[in-house]
This record gives sequence, C-alpha cells and structure tokens, in this order.
Amino acid sequence: MSITDYFEQLFSDYTLRTITLGTAVLGAICGMLGSFAVLRKQSLLGDAISHAALPGIAIAFLITGAKDSNVLLLGALVSGLIGTFWIRGIITKTHLKTDTALGLILSLFFGFGMLLLTFIQKQPNANQAGLDKYLFGQAATLVVSDVIVMVIVTGVSLFTLLLFWKEFKILLFDADYTKTLGFNTRIIDILITFFIVLAIVIGLQTVGVVLMSAMLLAPAAAARQWTNSLSVMIGLAAIFGAFSGVFGTAISASQDNLSTGPVIVLVAAVFVLVSFIFSPGRGLLFREIRFRQNRRDLKLKKTLQLMYRIASTHENISHPHSIKILNDFQGFTRGTLKTMEEREWIEIEQKSWMLTSKGYREASNLFSKSTTDDTATD
Amino acid sequence: MTQPQIEIQLIAMVVAIACAIPGVFLVLRKMALISDAISHSILPGIVIGFFITQDLNSPLLIALAAVTGVITVVLVEWIQKTGLVKEDTAIGLVFPALFSIGVILIAKNANDVHLDVDAVLLGELAFAPFDRLLMSGMDMGPKSLWIMGVILLVSLLLLLLFYKELKVSTFDVGLSAAMGISPMVMHYGLMSVSSVTVVGAFDAVGAILVVALMITPAATAYLLTSNLKKMLLISVGIGIFSAIGGYWLAHLLDASISGSMTTVLAVVFLMVYLFAPGKGLIAVLYRQRQQRTEVSLITFLLHLNNHSEENERHINHLQEHINWQKVRSKTVLNLAERNNMITIDNDVVSLTKKGKDFTDLALEYIITNKDEKIEHMKEDFFLFRG
Repeated sequence: MSITDYFEQLFSDYTLRTITLGTAVLGAICGMLGSFAVLRKQSLLGDAISHAALPGIAIAFLITGAKDSNVLLLGALVSGLIGTFWIRGIITKTHLKTDTALGLILSLFFGFGMLLLTFIQKQPNANQAGLDKYLFGQAATLVVSDVIVMVIVTGVSLFTLLLFWKEFKILLFDADYTKTLGFNTRIIDILITFFIVLAIVIGLQTVGVVLMSAMLLAPAAAARQWTNSLSVMIGLAAIFGAFSGVFGTAISASQDNLSTGPVIVLVAAVFVLVSFIFSPGRGLLFREIRFRQNRRDLKLKKTLQLMYRIASTHENISHPHSIKILNDFQGFTRGTLKTMEEREWIEIEQKSWMLTSKGYREASNLFSKSTTDDTATD
Repeated sequence: MTQPQIEIQLIAMVVAIACAIPGVFLVLRKMALISDAISHSILPGIVIGFFITQDLNSPLLIALAAVTGVITVVLVEWIQKTGLVKEDTAIGLVFPALFSIGVILIAKNANDVHLDVDAVLLGELAFAPFDRLLMSGMDMGPKSLWIMGVILLVSLLLLLLFYKELKVSTFDVGLSAAMGISPMVMHYGLMSVSSVTVVGAFDAVGAILVVALMITPAATAYLLTSNLKKMLLISVGIGIFSAIGGYWLAHLLDASISGSMTTVLAVVFLMVYLFAPGKGLIAVLYRQRQQRTEVSLITFLLHLNNHSEENERHINHLQEHINWQKVRSKTVLNLAERNNMITIDNDVVSLTKKGKDFTDLALEYIITNKDEKIEHMKEDFFLFRG
C-alpha cells in the first residue's frame, strides 16, 4: 500500500480510520500538555512517568485478571502518579538532584514492572498475552472505545485548561508572584501534573513506554520555536502533534514491518529539526544570517570610523581624499564603498571619496549613541 | 548451586560493579539521565554493528555502539548550545529519535537479524552462561563474563589512575581547569567509559536496567555519606548485594533476573531513603520539625524580651498574641522551661539570666546575620547547624 492508497482508504477503511483518528487525537493532547512540561523544565518527567506506569499495568492485571485496557490504564495512572509524587519527595526532602530522582524512579519502577510482567508470563493463564504491547505500543490494537476515551480526556483537559488558563499561565512564568497573589500554587501545580500524567498514560497503548516522552516533548519543542505566546504555542503544538500522528500512521501503514510508534516519533523529530533550522525568530538559519549581517555592518562602520578620523583633521569635512589612503586599512572593498555610498555616508568621485554630513553625523555618534540608530536592531 | 548458577551470579556481580563506578560520577555531576539517554540511543549502533559482525558479543559491535553513545552526548550538548530548548528537553529529543531509528532498522530487517528489541531493552541474564568463550577448543567460561570483566578492569584502572583528576573536575570545574586538568577530557572520558559499560551490560541486564544499576547504588550511597571514597565503596557494595539478592529473588519467583535485581535495588533505596541518618526522609522531617520549634522558641523569647509589662507576659495572653495553636505554645513553653530560660511565676512568664543571654545572642544573629559572628553559637543552637 502506498501513501496515496492510504489516504484514499482512510475514509472507507474502518480500522485505518480508527487508528488515524486515535493517533491524531493523541498527538494533539500530548502537544497541548507537553507545552507545559517543556516550559516548566519538566521535559524528562514524561519519560520517568511513562516508565513508572508499567508496574501499575501489571498489578492491575494481577488483581483483575482482565485485559480491559481502561482498567489497565487506571493502574498505570495510579502508579504514574505515585512515581511523580515520589520524585517530588526525593527532590524536596533529600539533597539528591532532579536528574537523579527521575532516573531512580524511571529505572526502579520499570524494573519492578518487568519483574511483575515476567512473573505474569509464567502464570498458567492464557490471558496474559499482549501485556507487552505497552512496552513499545501497538497502534494497530486501537479500537473505537479507546479513541472515545482519548477524546473525552482531551475534552476534559481542554476544558480545565480554559477554565484555569490564567492560573496555569501565571504559575508557569512566575511561581513566586502567583503565591503572593494568594493563589494556591500547590493545587494548580498538582492539577497540571495530573493532566500531564493522564496524557502519558493514554498514550502508552499507542506509542509505548519508551517513546512516550518524545510524543510529549517534540511537538512542544517545535512549536516553541515559532512563537513567544503561550496560547499560540499550545495551539501549534497540538497541530504538530496531530500531524505527526497522521503522517506517522500513514507512513507505517504504507510499508510492511513498520511499527507506528517509532515512525510517529521520527516524524515529530523532523518537525523539530525543521523548526530548529527554519523558524524566522529563533531558527539557526536566520540567526546565522543576522549574525553575518551584523558582522558586515560592523566592518562598514569600522571603515566609516577611519574615514571620520581622516576627515576630522580637515576643516571642511567633505574635503575629497583619495581612496588609496585607505589602503593600509584592510576593512574596505569596492563593495563596502558602494554600500556606504548607497547609505549616503560618502560620495565617490572617480578615485576619491568625501564624507557627507550624514556620514559625519553617523560616525561621530558611533560610540556615544546619542541619536537612535535604526541599523542596530539586535 | 550448579555451575551456571554460580556463573550467572558472577556475571551479575561484575555488571553491577562495573555500572556502579561510573554511576557515582554521573550522579555527582548531575548527569544521571545521560545514562538513560545513552542506554536507549546505542540501539542503532548495536543494530548496525550487528549487521557488520553478525555477533552480539564482538568487540567491534561494542566499539560502534559506544561511539553512538558518545555521539548522543555530543548531539545533546550541541542542541543545548544553540539555546533553542532547555537542557533536559535536548536529552528528551535526542534519544527517542535515535531509539526509533534502531527499532525501525530492526523491524525492516527482521528476517536477517537475529535480534529482538525486547532482548535489547530487557536482556536475559539466564542465557548468558550458554554463550561460552572457546579458545583453541578450551572452554574459558561465559563470553559476557569476559567482556564485562575486561570493561570492569579497564574502568577500575582508569579510576585509580585519574582518581584525583576526576574528583577535582567533578566538584570544581573552575579549579580543575586552573590546575591544568581539562574538564572536557574528563567529561568525554567519563562519557566514553559510561557508553562502553552500558553497551557491555545491555545484553546481560537490558538497556533500561543498566540505568538502575548505574544510578541507584550511587544515589543510595549519596544519602549515606558525603565522602567520595566511601560513596564508591558503598555503591559497589549495594551493587553486589542487589546482584546476589536479585538472583535468588528471581529464582524464587521464577521471574526475570534483571527485574529482580532492580526490585532489590528499589527496596534498598526505599529503606535508605526513609531511614538514612541525617539525610533520609524521617531524619529530614524530624529536623524540620525541630527547626520550626526552635524558630518558635526564639520568637517567644524575643517577645518576652521586648515586653516588661505583666499582661503581655501572662501565660494565657501568649496564645492569642503570638497566634500559635494551643499544642504548639505548650511545647514551646515546656521547651523553654526545661532549658531554664524562663520561669513561670503566678502564670506570668519571665526570662531567666540564661534566657536573656540566649535572646541577646539570637538578636545579634538576626541583626548581623553574618556567618563568622554566629560560628560559636552553632554549638548550642540546633537551628544554626544547617
């Protein structure tokens, strides 16, 4: 099946439609809530929580014996929340740092989860097969009820987000100020964290424990490059997430042997890479261009400064000088002289130059900056 | 015990020790999550190495995978340097992408590759003794024991040779640069050793549990001591304990050995987290309580010092004036009286000579708030002991 086939079948094929819808909704909610994780410098919390959810899934299975994904996800949610609060406890109550706390919870919970999973596998109970789809995720196992759960979770979190928009935003950027305003920062904080954990948990089935953190981070990190406004960033991140979901599903469906999770992550990574390079405000490409422009501008002004020093020894500033006397100074070419002429700093007649009054003013203001300078915007 | 059982425990121990040593430095340098990133992102290196060598235990494969590990570190640092995203986001972006490439490479070549993502991530120690190293027909023992043994020896040797340099560059980058020890060389040296260790250990214990073996012993030891040598020794000890304890737990439950090792580590960490003297949760909560009481005590004494009139010092008045709950004011009152700082006369509280001196000292501390002035007070004052 090629990619065009995929889009043709998208509206007729039931399974394909369910999976695509699921990954798109998942991408959107992850991008939305991931924006908070990225801005709160909790990027790797997602990684830790998704690993910490594993024992919850195993224990939920051991207790109920059922494979109903909602029950298992409830277990994952509980164990993810325990992990989150334990991380917080380690950071606030001991001198261990954030990275150590995250690494500890991530690996210890996961290890315990593996112990339980292998223990379950040895049980004489044929029902256990399929638990390890939570390790790497299997988008193919998505059914309509899963997608409905996702949509409900997205709706609830969107609603909460709009309801507490002001509180979330202010806590994000100035926690101390929020406290002095009398908001209960603890509750707002717990609310945000709860929704991040929720988003991770519902993504486990689709992308799996290992790659879940990228689902959360990548759309948000890409969106961050295009804007400085929180609402725009969240919107963009949701769009990027949804597109990664759809494209990832399309690519993996059009080839054999491609699991959906890794492809979605790679598509999201491409979004990040493109944003890093091409975003106009922060992107590497435009930054380099600006950098070069500034450097050229600086060189030009160096030449202007030299001319100014020569001209200021004469009574008449527009006294012509031959271009040759600039020769021992390396900073000029035919091009720079031309640019200077275009800016009306100098006039060139045959082989001599003379400073204009505008150029004179410009040069005398170079160090004092007494007049506003429109060329130096950075 | 049968011979494979002994060998499995031996391999587990060697892996645990080899992981614990670089782990201590990663934890101290606040780079614990780099080990997580490396352990995931070596996957494409392993897959490509496997295409070339067709042998999971070949030194070339280990070298290739270790290079991927170092590339991960370089990539993360490069992204950090652009300043486009925060440091932790850089880690979180790089390793899932590389890991995905690895998973896709395996999936696309599933027919030719005898390699399974589960095996890479989770490892299976139980099979390790069956892959033997044969030297001119002689059975020299399990291959992975030899590989990890060599890695352990090399990292021990490097540790002994560069102990001083590692120590300085870990705790004071500026000083180490001034002393002519390049922090860069130390950093990438440590990263290379960590990568090699992760690669060597992954097929015994799996990529994620390598992280547990690296971070947990070090973090646990960090809660118990603040001496680098002791920390190294304790974390090696914890590693060995988890290796042997984990093996027998797995034996008991008939479950994965690496999962059991991690569970033993988790229990050890939980115990130390709760009960470590001075730095454990209970000790910290106790200390915070004490400090709260002592702040109350000082507030109370200052209040007495400021008021000579009797109605301000009446025992019933204190409660409403300082606005403490009943229990709290009783505790503070008892504490002050036990220490002979106040006398209660007819329900009117007054400062004793000792209480007056103490209050003056506290006042001096509050006003000057300079460390050298209060140095001698730290002896009698729980509060100032940090």
